[in-house]
Amino acid sequence: MAHDHHDHHDHGQDPPSDIALRVKALESLLVEKGLVDPAALDAIVERFEHKVGPRNGARVVAKAWSDPAYRERLRQDATAAIAELGYTGGQGEHMVAVENTPGMHNLVVCTLCSCYPWPVLGLPPVWYKSPPYRSRAVIDPRGVLAEFGVTLPAEIEIRVWDSTAEVRYLVIPERPANTDALDEAALAALVTRNGMIGTARL
Amino acid sequence: MSAPDAGALPGNLLQSLPRDADGPVFAEPWQAQAFALTVQLHAEGAFTWAEWADALSRELASDPEDDGGRYYHHWVAALEQLAAARRLTGPAELADRTAAWAEAYAHTPHGRPVELLELSPAPHPRLRPAT
Repeated sequence: MAHDHHDHHDHGQDPPSDIALRVKALESLLVEKGLVDPAALDAIVERFEHKVGPRNGARVVAKAWSDPAYRERLRQDATAAIAELGYTGGQGEHMVAVENTPGMHNLVVCTLCSCYPWPVLGLPPVWYKSPPYRSRAVIDPRGVLAEFGVTLPAEIEIRVWDSTAEVRYLVIPERPANTDALDEAALAALVTRNGMIGTARL
Repeated sequence: MSAPDAGALPGNLLQSLPRDADGPVFAEPWQAQAFALTVQLHAEGAFTWAEWADALSRELASDPEDDGGRYYHHWVAALEQLAAARRLTGPAELADRTAAWAEAYAHTPHGRPVELLELSPAPHPRLRPAT
């Protein structure tokens, strides 16, 4: 917590915000009661700040583009296929891969809260958690996509997937043209987070 | 975040949707703490993820005007409620402890780690230093 050393009282420190104090209170009580281990809390923060993120999902997509057998396994059982690359854990227990095709675009939302496939995409961006996106993605997916700069011809069907606490979706974008010469690492670099949520085309 | 995502959102989107192209995962440390507490309590079996999603959904539904900026405030409120429902802690105990922390900050000289003092009437006297 940052402290301003120019503005302080000799006898004490300015307290953090009310919400920070509430969290500190909750954490200290739960630790004291032996309900959570502080080392485990640190490990969780470390993992989400540095280890999981959309680069994981990008590797899954790149492998699906380059390896037809892997793509088929991803279709049959996305959770297992993703685990092959070492991406497992909370909020990735039941993954479904949805493939964009020339006639079909997939868009993922969580209308009720912010369910999101953590092991492959990390934590969701702010807009994904916001009421406008959560409410409008289902009602007006074309309008939402247009706001992301994606204008789809009317003949392309849009399928919206509403995530739940149980099932999480990963969009497999179409492989960009003229990428035949690229290896998996180079392909993965083309895959964006928004592409895997469905709010971008590659 | 890699280059392709940076600044990817167009200007008109900002009118209705907040953006965060490549900011930090957590805006403030308390958000990370609240997140980690939830994940760990779930891992310890204190509640199922469906129960958590339900609690968070209810909180979020109470604030449809939020632009996403109060998301973690709602997260904390949902966690407090679920913790109370599971009898892990409760509103009175939380209020006492929050006050004790505020007091500890006020009485700790600058540069020293803030620790709970033995002066609060908290029902759990076994106080540990802050980590």
